Order: sequence, then C-alpha cells, then structure tokens
Amino acid sequence: MSDATLRPATGLHLPGLSALGPLLALILLVVLGAFLNDNFLSAGNVTNVLARSAFIGMIAVGMTFVITSGGLDLSVGSMAAFIAGVMILAMNALLPGMGVGVPLVLAGMAIALAVGLLAGLGNGLLVTKARIEPFIVTLGTMGIFRSLVTWLADGGTISLDFGVRQFYRPVYYSGLFGVAWPILVFAAVAIAGQVAMRHTRFGRYCEAIGSNDKVALYSAVNVDRIRLLTYVLLGLLVGLATIMYVPRLGSTSGSTGMLWELEAIAAVIIGGTALKGGYGRVWGTVVGVLILSLIDNILNLADLVSPYLNGAIQGVIIVLAVVLQRGKSAA
Amino acid sequence: MERRTFLATAALATAAAGLSVPVAAQGKKAIIGVSIPSATHGFMGGLNWHAQETIKRLKATYPNLDFVLATAGAVGKQVNDIEDMMATRNIDALVVLPFESEPLTSPVKAVKEAGKWVTVVDRGLSQAGIEDLYVAGDNTAFGRVAGEYFKANLKSGQKIVVLRGIPTTLDNERVDAFKKAIDGSGIEILDMQHGNWNRDKAFSVMQDYLSKHKKIDAVWAADDDMAVGVLEAISQAGRQKEMWVVGGAGMKEIVKRIMDKDPQLPVDVTYPPALISTALEITALRFVSDTPVYGRFIIGSTLITPENAARFYFPNSPF
Repeated sequence: MSDATLRPATGLHLPGLSALGPLLALILLVVLGAFLNDNFLSAGNVTNVLARSAFIGMIAVGMTFVITSGGLDLSVGSMAAFIAGVMILAMNALLPGMGVGVPLVLAGMAIALAVGLLAGLGNGLLVTKARIEPFIVTLGTMGIFRSLVTWLADGGTISLDFGVRQFYRPVYYSGLFGVAWPILVFAAVAIAGQVAMRHTRFGRYCEAIGSNDKVALYSAVNVDRIRLLTYVLLGLLVGLATIMYVPRLGSTSGSTGMLWELEAIAAVIIGGTALKGGYGRVWGTVVGVLILSLIDNILNLADLVSPYLNGAIQGVIIVLAVVLQRGKSAA
Repeated sequence: MERRTFLATAALATAAAGLSVPVAAQGKKAIIGVSIPSATHGFMGGLNWHAQETIKRLKATYPNLDFVLATAGAVGKQVNDIEDMMATRNIDALVVLPFESEPLTSPVKAVKEAGKWVTVVDRGLSQAGIEDLYVAGDNTAFGRVAGEYFKANLKSGQKIVVLRGIPTTLDNERVDAFKKAIDGSGIEILDMQHGNWNRDKAFSVMQDYLSKHKKIDAVWAADDDMAVGVLEAISQAGRQKEMWVVGGAGMKEIVKRIMDKDPQLPVDVTYPPALISTALEITALRFVSDTPVYGRFIIGSTLITPENAARFYFPNSPF
C-alpha cells in the first residue's frame, strides 16, 4: 500500500503522479478521439458517451465502497435486469388503476429503489450474518437474479406499456439546461460519493475495515454494520441506475446488464481503488468508467482495427491504465 | 432389425420401470429427448416457447409418444443433459440444437451409436453423417433475401450501415451472402460493427454511426432485437425520415409494425424460432407412421411484407 493510504487527504494534498495515471489515460483517449474523428467532440457524441456511462457509473460508485471495505459484488448486472423486470411489470400492473402520469412513474421509481435496497440487504446479510465469502454470495445471487428475470420474461422480453413509455421517455432523453438527466444524476452521485468517501466517518470506516477489519473492530468500529451498509448502498444505486435505464429502450430481457458487474469492477480498479480493499478513490472510478465508454466509442467512430479485435484493444488499455498508476507506487 | 429389437426391449423396460404408465395398454411408448439451449435472448426464448407448445400438442395427438425436455445454459450442461437422458430416461430419439458444434459432436455420435434416432436442429455437427435428420434455417438465404431487398430499393451511390451479430460462422455466412447480393449495385456500406444481437449494444453502435455519418439511407440491423435498439437511437437523433431499417428473425412487435405499414420498417426477413417445431413434428412422424423422414429439411428465409405479415404474427409467443 502506498503512503496515501496512511495519510488520507488532509488540506491541500495534490495527488501524486501515480494517482494521475488514469486521468492521463483519459486525456490521451480524448485527444486521440478528437484527432481521429471531427464529430468526436460534438455535443451529440459527448452526450451519448456520458449518458451511456451513467448506468455503469452509478453502479461503479457504489461498488467503490464495497471494494474499499474489502467486499465484492458480482450480482449487480443481473440485479439491474431483475429490478428493471419487476419495475416494468409493476408499472404495467398499476397502469389501469393509476393511469399514465407522474404518480405512476414515481411509483415505479419507488419500487425500483425498494427492490434494489432489498436485494442489497440480502447480499449484505448473507455476507455479514451468514459469514459467507462475498464472492460466493454474490456469484449465487447473480445466478438467482438472472434466472428470475428470464423466468419473469418467459424467456423473452418484458416491455413497458407503450403509452407509459412515451411519458417516461424524457427521463433518459431530455434534461436540464441541455444536459441529459442521466448525466446530471450520475454527476450528483459521483460528487456525493466523493464527499462520503473523503469527508465522512462512513468513508473512513470503509477504508479502515478494508485495510484491517480486526484493527477496525478493536477500534470500536461496527464492522458488520458498515459492511452491510455498503451493500445496501450499492443495491440502492443499482435501483437508481435502473430508473434511468428503463426509459431508454422501455424493455428488459435475460440479456440485459450482461457483464455490467465486470465493467463496474474494472472501472473501480482502473480508477485506483485497491481490489484488496483499504483504499478507495471515487473520482478515479468516474475516470475509469469514462475510459471504458470512450474506448468503445472511439473504436466505433474510427475504423482503426477489425471489429474482431475490439476486445483486445479494450484489454490492453485497461491493463495500461493500471500499469500507469501502479508504476510509481510499486517502486 | 437390430434397432427394432433394441427399441422394443427399451420400450418394454421403460414400461416396466415407469409405474405411472399403464403397463398393458402402453406397451410401445416411444420417448423423444429434446435438448436445446436455454432462453437467454429473444430468439431462444421464442424457440423454447415453440418447443414447449409443440410438445404439448404432440403429446395430446399421439398418446404413445413421450418427451423429455432439457434446456442448457452452457455447453457442458448440454453434454450432461444428453448423457442423463441416455442413462436414466431410455430415450428412443434425440432432438438436439447443439450449443456449439465441436463439443457436442462426440456425445451426439455416442447416442447415434447406441442405435437411437438423431435429429440435429439449426447448428450442424462438425462431422457429417451422424444425424438421421437435419432441420435448419437458411443463413445464406437470410443474408441474400435482405441484400436483394436493399438492391431493389436503393439507387447506386446510396449509403447503408450494417450491424453484425456475435462473431460466429453463422454471422459470417449471413454477412457474406448479403454483400454478394448487393454486389454491383453501387450501394456503399459505410460501416459494419458487431451489435452482438443485443438491444443495448445495438443502441450505442447506432448512436455512434449517427454521429459519424451525416447521411445514411438505410440500416441492415440483421436481427429484430438489434432493430429495436437501432430505431431508438435514430429517433433520439431525430433522423426517422432519413432512413429505413431491416431487422431479421420475425419478432412479434416488429411483424406488428410491418402489418401497420410503419415507413421505418418496410420489411423483415424470417429466421423462424418455430423451426424447432418442424424438427419435433417430423421426428414424431418417424415413431407414429411409416413416413420416410430421414434427410435434410432446410427452412427458407422469406421476406415479411405488409401484405403477408399476418401469417408470421404469433401474438402469444414471447418473441
């Protein structure tokens, strides 16, 4: 672990060169993108990329806390699909009674958050009370949520009623002052996450538990409660991401949210959070998410390589971004 | 001869073992094992639904047939399913849609060598001559029919973009046939990226096409799930009037829009998930009649137009 772990940001503390690694990678990607295609920096494209990043972004911010406190959650992708399924079915069922309107959408949102909270609580309780490894718990719930959504959809697709869809659509496609809603919500989540990690007791406890849970326990930290809270927080954020996701295509199926968990975990690690826990960096996670979305976007915009190699390019950039930041601190 | 005696003993053994079966009346109950991939995406969901519906109907029509259905989410699971069917259910025939060709070849071959009837659906095995009956869609025709429509409805110099599926032989066959069909028409393919037959991925690929290209005349989405994502991206950019979209497979929502003469969706190309029904019906014939059913049955890909769309519309299917 680097020195930064032992001295959490006090006053004017400039991040070291290693911490700037992911940021450097992001800037390089932006320059590369602008160089390869004139439309890269157009308002339309920037909005597309940021709005696309929002789902994984919100989830990744929550994941930062889970990983920082020494946990892991593999179930978030399936959980998102499951929450979306329940939310759509509930809204369709409530439609005859409530009619198309704000109350129906608010009810749907409340249901999404409630299901997310319960799902996170389930994961958290299994980890803290049943004392099962988070990897195993969430591997199990990943399969459970994925099957449940396939079952709910009868193997097909769950679609939101057309009228409701038209009404709900602006939540993804429109925004405030020209900035799309998903981007605004993602920004708010990221700022709140950064503040919570750096300036609250909760954030410090997460880091303490992640670096050494025994010591944290002896220091009168309620380890189980904080751990449980990280999973609940993540569940809520998955619910929030789903709220922004459903109006986009108005449907969900067994293949929704496939591999989101790995993208979120990759973003967290690219951003400089330690996979073993003990140190978390929320702004880094945001940079990590943007890097992942930008790679995809640039590969689509510029015919650099055969599309068969897209995955390889992504892999190389992920590894490079991590090498850039670890290079210094490992020495 | 040998197979017949084996069948008879197998059937006797089943009748003796199965306590719920009225032993005297049903001396010759034939059991057909059905192994298909599980419903992980729209097309497979439809295929699963059609499989279950057909089994229900066949059981009602032919009381001396019984079916064992297993769905697998991975190659290994499918191999286990087939081994279990052989070991514990005494199947007389196997209808299998291989998850992947290579790994399934030798397990299916073992079934054949045990003297069972084998029907292979859609994805061929990597060794020729194992199956008694092969039922499949026509991937080359799928690409060709779409390509011919583009050639007939676009002028030379007009521009299109293409979304490809998951990188597989099947996808290559379709795309090659499509390119061959539009060859010489002067239609320019601006871009070809993989949308993985997934709505979300197709949505972002199409968003990127739209920021990259100022003028697009048509989109070959090559799949109805991808078409849904593509249409959403087009309407986000407000360019609905500029281009039309052709999907593929025959999803009910898309077929409905063709029926309603949606200008954005002029036609669709079939690749029916109900092809599993064809395989089951024909295999059943083998056990209830003397109809010769060995050989190959290739289901053509046809164009769904507003005029004939009603024939392809299954409102109860999940796909």
